[in-house]
This record gives sequence, C-alpha cells and structure tokens, in this order.
Amino acid sequence: MIDSNPITTRNHRGAPPPIWAQIIIWVALLGLLAVVYFELNRSQQGQIGPGDQVSNFSMPLFSGYELNGQSQIQLSDFRGKVVMVNFWASWCKPCEQEAPDLEQAWQFYKDDGRVVFIGADYVDTEPEARAYLAKFGITFANGPDMGTRASQLFRIKGVPETYFIDQQGVLQYAQIGPFSSVDEIKSIINPMLK
Amino acid sequence: MKKLFWLSILALIIASLFTSIVLAQQPVPTPSDDEVNHIAHQLYCPVCANTPLDVCPTDACRQWRDLIRQQLAQGWTEDQIKQYFVQQYGVRVLAEPPQTGFNWLIYILPPVIILAGAFVLFRALRMWTKPVPVSAAPGSNQDALKDEYVARLEEELKKRY
Repeated sequence: MIDSNPITTRNHRGAPPPIWAQIIIWVALLGLLAVVYFELNRSQQGQIGPGDQVSNFSMPLFSGYELNGQSQIQLSDFRGKVVMVNFWASWCKPCEQEAPDLEQAWQFYKDDGRVVFIGADYVDTEPEARAYLAKFGITFANGPDMGTRASQLFRIKGVPETYFIDQQGVLQYAQIGPFSSVDEIKSIINPMLK
Repeated sequence: MKKLFWLSILALIIASLFTSIVLAQQPVPTPSDDEVNHIAHQLYCPVCANTPLDVCPTDACRQWRDLIRQQLAQGWTEDQIKQYFVQQYGVRVLAEPPQTGFNWLIYILPPVIILAGAFVLFRALRMWTKPVPVSAAPGSNQDALKDEYVARLEEELKKRY
C-alpha cells in the first residue's frame, strides 16, 4: 500500500490569493452577470400584450391639442374610459396612411364621452409634427413622447403602433402597423364599450 | 475739472450703450455643416440603431440636424443643445452615457478588467519562466525522503509482480 507522501516535486503554482480577494472577485463577477442578465432580459421583452395591465404614464400635450383644457395628462385620469394611444411621427410614411382614418374615428366617438384618443409623437421635431397634424386635420389630443418614456413603457418597435386600453387600465388590443380603414378601428373599440 | 470727469463718464456710458445695441443687432452667422455635424456626431437617434446622427440618412435624423442648425443659429451652446435632446428624447440619444448610476460601470470596468488581466498574465508568465520549488527549503531532508519513497515504491511493485 502506498500512502500519501511528502511532496517532493516542484510546484509551479504560487500562493493563492487571500480569501477576501477571492470573495470580492466572485461577488463582483456574479453582480456583473446579474446586471447583464437583467438588461438582456429587459431588452428582449416584446411589446406589452393584451391582458397586461398598463402602467400609469404622463405626457405633455402640444398647445392647441390639449384634452379638456389640460396640457399635461396621465393615463390614470381616464380610468373608466376606453383609451387609444397612437404612436406616430411626421417622418413616418405609413403613419400618413392611417392618419385620416384615426381622425374620422375620433369624430365618430368624441361626443360619446366614453373614448379618449391620444397621439404620442415619437422621436420627432415639433415644427414638422405640427405641420403633419395640420396637414391631416388631426383634432384629438396630441403631444410629444417626452424622453421616449411612453414608447419605452409600451416597448414599441416602431411607428405607427396603436394600443387600446380598457376601462380598467388593461391592454385589450395592440395594432402594429397602420390601420387600413375606419371600420377596422371601430371594430376594436365597439366591443370594448359593451 | 470735475465737470470734465462727469462728461467723460457720460460719454463712456453712451458709447457702451451703442456698442451693445450694435452687437445685439448683428446676425448670428449661419452655422456650417461642420459645426452641426460636430454636435450631431455625439448624438444617436433612437430610430436608427448604431448610426450616429451626423451620417444617418433617414428623414428623422435630417430633421434633427436641421433643428441643431436652428439652435446654433439662435446662439445655443453645445451643452444646451445636447441637454435639449436628452430632455426631449431621453438619455439614450447620447453617444457617451452620462457618468451617473450604473453607467459608471461602463467607465470603470474596462480599465479594471484590463489591469486585472495584465496582472494575471504577468504572474503566469513569471511562474512559467521561473518555476519555484515550493518545499525545497534549505537544509530539508527532501532527497532522503525521495529515496525512501522510491525504495518503498519498488518494494511494493516487487510484491505485486
């Protein structure tokens, strides 16, 4: 039987780092991995989907496009109403396609009082945005997506995108891309009013 | 003498007033493309990933560059323009994230990792080139132990074969 022997070979390893240094290195490494994991997880999340509760957000409105005299609105102000949030930009060609339909739909619902339309101008400059609103005769509430906070909340991938939120603040429908007709918009809102 | 002094003061006030009026009336020269692009290069439009504003061909970015030109023409400083864009479109428009919160990691980690890597490499190279006998303390009975060990090993082998 060969028992353990004193080491007589040449050892090429230096002394290991002290235990406190090892702990710091491992904690730092794990912390870094956690940050990377959470950031990757966040960036890979898709748009919010039907059934998701929409977090409250606020946004300013362009002068002339206020809502009930308010130049700053919050989603929570409209609890009990159907809210449509449309992300658009003046440089977005597909947005032009749906702009007249959105305005026509707003004219249909505006006197009802149970529906609110909000336009969120995404990554745009105000003079061009105003020219766009005037060009298509838009009259519903519109404002800049200040700091891209609203678009980040909805995790939009581009414009146009439109979100329909029910009376309880739950997202019921997300339209990615432009609407093709007024009836398409009505077919989403009408069931939510019942 | 006293009268002359007061007249000089009055002349100085009138002269400075006229100078300021003339300076205020001078139009700010139209900013050059280079001036606009100098600021645009430090900004990224969220629509066009990884493309600096100065070379981005989209309509959105063209509008942004026009806005920078207008702001420069109005006498805005570089910092004021960048601050405006951050306020309007969020901090992600900046090519260089501000040194706050988690952003510090971006500035601290690379040099720390490079230094740590250099240290590890330095130690490894030193050990590879100059192996150090760990238990070869002077005056030890290592050779004797080695002989004893070899003898016992041979004895064991003989027993088995």
